[in-house]
Amino acid sequence: MPLRILVIETEGWHRTAQVEFPIVFVAWLLLMPLTPVDNLEAESAEREYVWTLNFGPQHPATHTTLRLVLTLDGERVLNAVPYIGYLHSGFEKLGEHLDFNQYVTIVDRMNYLSPLANEIAWHHAVEKLLNIELTPRCKYLRTILAELMRMHDHLLNLGTTALDLGGFTAFLYFFQQREHIYDIVEMASGQRFHTSYTRVGGVLFDVNMDWLNRVRKFIKEFPKVYDDVDRLLTKNRIFVDRTKGIGYLSPEDAINLGACGPVARASGIERDLRRDEPYLAYEDLDFDVVCSKGGDCYSRYLVRMRELLESLKIIEQAIENIPSGPVNIAVDSDMVLPAKPSVYRSIEGLIQHFEVIMPNKGYDVPREQVYAATESPNGELGFFIVGNAETRAYRARTRPPSLMHFSMFPHLIKNHQLSDVVAVLGSINIIAAELDR
Amino acid sequence: MVELSVLQQKFGTELTESSFRDNRRVDVPAAKLFDLLSSLKSDHGFDMLIDLTAVDYLEYEGATDRFGVLYMLLNVTSGERLIVRTAVNMPDPKLPTVYSLWRSCDWLEREVFDMFGIIFEGHPDFRRILMPEEFTSFPLRKDYPLKGRGERHNFPVITRAGS
Repeated sequence: MPLRILVIETEGWHRTAQVEFPIVFVAWLLLMPLTPVDNLEAESAEREYVWTLNFGPQHPATHTTLRLVLTLDGERVLNAVPYIGYLHSGFEKLGEHLDFNQYVTIVDRMNYLSPLANEIAWHHAVEKLLNIELTPRCKYLRTILAELMRMHDHLLNLGTTALDLGGFTAFLYFFQQREHIYDIVEMASGQRFHTSYTRVGGVLFDVNMDWLNRVRKFIKEFPKVYDDVDRLLTKNRIFVDRTKGIGYLSPEDAINLGACGPVARASGIERDLRRDEPYLAYEDLDFDVVCSKGGDCYSRYLVRMRELLESLKIIEQAIENIPSGPVNIAVDSDMVLPAKPSVYRSIEGLIQHFEVIMPNKGYDVPREQVYAATESPNGELGFFIVGNAETRAYRARTRPPSLMHFSMFPHLIKNHQLSDVVAVLGSINIIAAELDR
Repeated sequence: MVELSVLQQKFGTELTESSFRDNRRVDVPAAKLFDLLSSLKSDHGFDMLIDLTAVDYLEYEGATDRFGVLYMLLNVTSGERLIVRTAVNMPDPKLPTVYSLWRSCDWLEREVFDMFGIIFEGHPDFRRILMPEEFTSFPLRKDYPLKGRGERHNFPVITRAGS
């Protein structure tokens, strides 16, 4: 009897299959409404085929400590739930206890792929609160450093995205260039990684001609490597297949979900703080805002790739036009340290040095609050500072681009394959230290 | 640029405006917050919520309210920015969620709850985000010490009787 066979084979019906009176059973089956059968089947299907996969917190492709709980139907991602906080170290609380110059060492550790970009953003906000106008040389110097950091960040992001998708060569080519940027930064600040180079009203040390020549050498040599990687990846069949059409973000969603930076620009939103709200020396420099209409991982790759060239263009102009003169604001503002010779050789210089350093002296800080943002490599990096007549912030809020980008991850990955998770994660460039702060 | 008088016509004269450097702020009582924000989004084109954060004014000189909550809005087309500020107080710091207006508030509201204990009513997935789920304090409040209070205070103790 075909009915009986069906009953035996369907999971969840095994108990009724043991009924010894087929006639009674068939009668019961006919009387039974059909919907519960469907429900039962659906339920068993859910139990059977839907898998839960823990992706992270420690996984080579997450690069940092992220955790995703993926609900899978075969290899299709039905849902993804991100859990964050594994790297939460209370940076914002520390910002309330360290003064404006000390906190720069903490800010470094937020987006550690481009530490100087964070420092510039932090001191941009502090200087807005204190109403400091930087010297022209400092503006140009910080612009060069900010653009070097943008390249630094994009190089790592593009390199590791290629690595995750199987392209090892591009990764090595780009990491070699990152080493050159590390060398340049080390030459300016004495540190390769966590530079802590900017100060309120200026920078730690001025740079010399050797440094400028080194940057010139870098921008001369970089385009060759860029072309190599461009040839390796941009029309690579495997790379394009893995990224095109993956993780689509429409312009409306990008705005509603708070996307910024390269992610928003890859979705066709023409917004770049360097052009829209010019700070530092960007007003004097000529560059293009790179946009794409694709909205997928491939567009984000293209936007970042092209931004490397635009950064190169900015550095080229800035390095030729960098003004001479002092790099810090005037010493009589009582905000910057006096030059070392005057500290060591005169009592006035020594006293001034101490007055800037001592916590009970300092300078006037308005009881006000200010939000200031810069275009960091990842997007809008903003700092919201509440001043309370002290040289430290009453509240130091960071607006991290990674937080906004990771919160839209479930939206981006839905209904893609499991192997696309790394492609999407790479394309939105999540830095967990900045995400969790 | 959205004029204050236009907003005041709709939401009364309790709305005040101030500015500092290039920041423009509008202060609004918590009761009218959601209506103001939805009007700013639909009528004045503030289609992006850049940031949502809070400040604990416990030790701030001259402050009358305990918490200030700030919504940093952006009009993507015109590039205009506006900060909407409101105040909430203990013992019941509560605000309506703006999830229906900007989905980007999802994690931001959870973070403000996690750090300050301000509750956003109507949020679809309201739980802690950075701190562990069973954590008992709100670390960015001013009465929480920098070094923390230690494991015993931060996490509920399971007693023999209660287990």
